Amino acid sequence: MAKGRITIDPERCKGCEICTTVCVQQIIHLGDQFNRRGYRAAVVVDPEGKCTGCALCALSCPDTAITVYRQERLREPRLEKMAVVLA
Amino acid sequence: MTDMQETVVFQRPETLEDTYTNYCPGCTHGTIHRLIAEVIDELGIRERTIGVAPVGCSVFIYNYQNVDFAVAAHGRAPAMATGIKRVQPDKVVFTYQGDGDLAAIGTNEILHAASRGENITVIFVNNATYGMTGGQMAPTTLPGQKTTSSPSGRDVEIQGWPMRVAELLAPLPGVSYSVRRSIHDPRHINNAKKAIRTAFRAQLDGMGLALVEILSACPTNWHLTPVAALEWLAKHMLPYYPVGDYKISEGLQ
Repeated sequence: MAKGRITIDPERCKGCEICTTVCVQQIIHLGDQFNRRGYRAAVVVDPEGKCTGCALCALSCPDTAITVYRQERLREPRLEKMAVVLA
Repeated sequence: MTDMQETVVFQRPETLEDTYTNYCPGCTHGTIHRLIAEVIDELGIRERTIGVAPVGCSVFIYNYQNVDFAVAAHGRAPAMATGIKRVQPDKVVFTYQGDGDLAAIGTNEILHAASRGENITVIFVNNATYGMTGGQMAPTTLPGQKTTSSPSGRDVEIQGWPMRVAELLAPLPGVSYSVRRSIHDPRHINNAKKAIRTAFRAQLDGMGLALVEILSACPTNWHLTPVAALEWLAKHMLPYYPVGDYKISEGLQ
């Protein structure tokens, strides 16, 4: 399974909770802290590293408050391996 | 051991200004703004795009996108876009209009712009109510839907039936592209983005007026939570306003 991580900009989030309903891993929750504009921002609770970086949350966020990162395999080593096989 | 590298797979598009929006929590104008910004980035047309903002909540798009904007009088965005496009045909001109703007006071403008086959892109956001003025009944309000000006629900015997704009414009020969999309779940959001890209491509290819109607949520005036509003959209708006392609010119397929 792919590994990923997300960050939620707490000042941009308005606590609409749409992201919490689309997250397949159910790791996004409404936080307890109020931001400067008076909204309770969503937070990620992911101690087990369940996030796959699918980006469904970011796609659904009306305020584009979420940035998504994904662990991806580097291309070069594969090519080197192939070169060894060919040699 | 495999070499892994962390890459950014989703971030704010460059065309989206680094400001906070004033929209209510869960208002899907933000989502649609982002989709347009992504399309402008991907087509590489930011420096030559001019938007025309309407009257209504969505007028604030001029603060949230990093492209040039003009603001038209209520409903007159297609007329202003016509002028801009005719004077500067090398520019990419789009209007962003709500249903109170395009389908009520501006019906005349959009019909004639479409009839003339103006080479512009129209993004029509349909949330079945007047958002900015406090949730009054719009021409797109559903039968039986309660609003501040139809407190016992829209009565079709008195107020008539809601207007289906994408179907209305499709038969006009000046229209190159007329489709309806929704943004109530990630799959539909992706499809809406594809339609917006096609609508901009139609203009770049000089094919005539391209319209994308997008079903949008207004949690505040529907008196629902943002999540419940998206469910309401899927349950009540989709049956009356089916998502679909009503016209795609041959050159666009």
